[in-house]
Amino acid sequence: MKYDPFVLPFISGMAFVLIVVIGKWTIWFKGLPFSDKKKFLNGLFSRKFIYASREVVSESMLHRKVFRSNFWLGYMHMSLAFGWFLLIVAGNLETRWYSHGTINPPWYPIFFEFFVHDLKELPYRRFFVFAMDFLLLFVLSGLFIAIYKRYRSGFVGMKKTTRQKTIDKLALTSLWMIFPLRLLAESFNAGLYDTGGFLTNTLGHYFARFLPLELLRYPAWLAYSIALGTFFVSMPFTRYMHILTEIFLIFLRRFGIREKQAHSTFTDVELNACSRCGICIDKCQLSSDLEINNIQPAYFLRDLRDRKPDLFKTETCLICGRCNTSCPVGIENTNIRLNERSIHQFFSANAYEYIGKQEVKNGKVAFFAGCMGHLNPLTIKAMLTLFEKAGVEFTFVDENGSICCGRPLKLSGNFMAAGNLVAKNKDLIRESKAEILVTTCPICYKMFRDDYRLDIPVYHHSEYLLKLVEENKLDPGFSPSTVVFHDPCDLGRGSGIYEQPRRLIARSYSLVEADHKKKDSLCCGGSLGITALSGENRKTLTEATIASLTLNHPEIIATACPLCKKTFAGQADVRVADIAELLLEAVDHKPADHKATSVAMHKPADCLEEVEI
Amino acid sequence: MADFGYSLVKSGKTDLDTAGNALARSVSEAEPGFNLCIACGCCVATCSAGRFTNFGFRELIHRIKRGEEKLMIAEAEKCMLCGKCTLVCPRNINTRNIVLLIRKHAIIKGL
Ligand code: SF4
Ligand code: SF4
Ligand code: SF4
Ligand code: SF4
Repeated sequence: MKYDPFVLPFISGMAFVLIVVIGKWTIWFKGLPFSDKKKFLNGLFSRKFIYASREVVSESMLHRKVFRSNFWLGYMHMSLAFGWFLLIVAGNLETRWYSHGTINPPWYPIFFEFFVHDLKELPYRRFFVFAMDFLLLFVLSGLFIAIYKRYRSGFVGMKKTTRQKTIDKLALTSLWMIFPLRLLAESFNAGLYDTGGFLTNTLGHYFARFLPLELLRYPAWLAYSIALGTFFVSMPFTRYMHILTEIFLIFLRRFGIREKQAHSTFTDVELNACSRCGICIDKCQLSSDLEINNIQPAYFLRDLRDRKPDLFKTETCLICGRCNTSCPVGIENTNIRLNERSIHQFFSANAYEYIGKQEVKNGKVAFFAGCMGHLNPLTIKAMLTLFEKAGVEFTFVDENGSICCGRPLKLSGNFMAAGNLVAKNKDLIRESKAEILVTTCPICYKMFRDDYRLDIPVYHHSEYLLKLVEENKLDPGFSPSTVVFHDPCDLGRGSGIYEQPRRLIARSYSLVEADHKKKDSLCCGGSLGITALSGENRKTLTEATIASLTLNHPEIIATACPLCKKTFAGQADVRVADIAELLLEAVDHKPADHKATSVAMHKPADCLEEVEI
Repeated sequence: MADFGYSLVKSGKTDLDTAGNALARSVSEAEPGFNLCIACGCCVATCSAGRFTNFGFRELIHRIKRGEEKLMIAEAEKCMLCGKCTLVCPRNINTRNIVLLIRKHAIIKGL
């Protein structure tokens, strides 16, 4: 006998979820642009397929990245995902073994012990029953942590967990019921027929002492089947869709498919792949410092997935990228948010017609200071002097004032207007006949690199100055000062440059680290990614970041971004300087007396500073 | 008519019948900093757009307060949102947000 009506809830749930998932995958794939489809098909028959499969195991099953966030959180995810998977595999092997390799109906392995009471014919019986019990215990331990986490999230290293919707809670309850019910059903069986291992047999014999197992056995198996069926049916409507979407996302990403400049079905895949694990909530400074707790990707992506985008959530975000680098699924949160912002264009495409043709001198190296750069004449002066000392034939492209690179407009979603500025600057750079472009501003740098499609290489000055030093064109001396480096958002997380500025500083100064560094560095508070943030709130962010930077009592805070520098300078008690200034001082072998120069500039004086250049 | 070398200067007075204050109201509601400007001109001195054309944030909000809505909605488009003015403003006014709010008001109202 291999069938009983109680398996129906399970079967119908499974059939339903299979149909929906295949349907969704097909729709998503069909909606991709042609070039992406080609990438996908090429990827299937390349080495990338193996890498993707490996990532599916390490991320969807073992949850390696979650482990990095917190051990117990990782263990919880792993035991539920990997444990359940092994349970299915082991169950299948057991039944296959028992029935000598014949193909069984899909429910048979799941409810095996309901159908088979006499396991004596099962070779290696002791091994199988032990393995099955052990795996069940493994999953139950993860479940225990999951339940405990609801009440004490600090245990898994989380200050805040995601607030779930009712339907998600329903799905969660059915998921939580599955394994205890399986334990009960198998124990009842074991109590009656001795089919269990160390766990279920012990429990079963204990129950047998005071419970009418004959009566309870069938309802227990039925309840187990219903819990499974309910969970499966709920999957497409809840966050549990991520289980079946993340796998697809990993393949798409490994095959080179990324977010474009507008939403696509790839975005839908990402939206569905978010497990609302909530890791991004604690990482977000708007939550940790300002108690704005509803805009993080866990919620923002959910609203988008439900097709109910919320303007406040879309606009309230620093675009600092901390949620991108901490997300275990690797969702491109900030790009999705910018694309969502770009649905409304508030500037017309011909907004900057007034900018006429600009004069530009020729040179091998084009130097671009950018708008913010012009607020820091000391940095500009340092760069120009260093160029001269190194004998670089350069041209200062925006000497008489910059045409903005366009990134601030892009960050506000005004892609069209940004494109207008991009075209103007591109002309300028082309006309300078330069062979490389160097900028001191990470915001410009990211824009040049990602959006300009220039035919010359782009360098951030941290990279370029390091190159000059390593080629012995500059010879910096030593200084006893301690320096901490602040990773600007668009340079670190945005462009992946962490080491070059550190190496440059470490050549001449003793480098100390901040509390939050590299991928985990904080936003200075000056972010251009958000417009509706009050000056007070910005100050709070800046304070927290300065506190992190001054953990090891450095004498100088070094930045590689004119905006960060300006933001810190008003609030820090220690000197704030750009890496170019520090390098120049080291080259001159006379590190400045930091006390004399630690001017926390008052804001009105900034205009004067501006006039100086 | 004989040319005596003089011309008439256009009157700068505000005509209360044609002046609109809806824009000023909607912007200052969303961003109260709108009313904090002391007309110091730091923002104009530093303005990126101001290097290429006759444009400044101070004048923008001043003329919105005078009711020149339509003109200023078009004028606001000259701003590149670079953010320099926010950094230099002694009153800590959220200038970029104000420019965006002006443009949003225009698009939403179909102006
Ligand atoms: S965006 Fe990433 S980190 Fe945030 S809830 Fe979703 S999966 Fe978790
Ligand atoms: S980009 Fe930064 S501010 Fe925006 S949601 Fe992510 S962590 Fe928060
Ligand atoms: S944000 Fe606009 S108004 Fe302010 S300085 Fe830049 S271009 Fe000028
Ligand atoms: S800098 Fe600030 S206070 Fe001064 S004119 Fe501009 S907006 Fe007004």
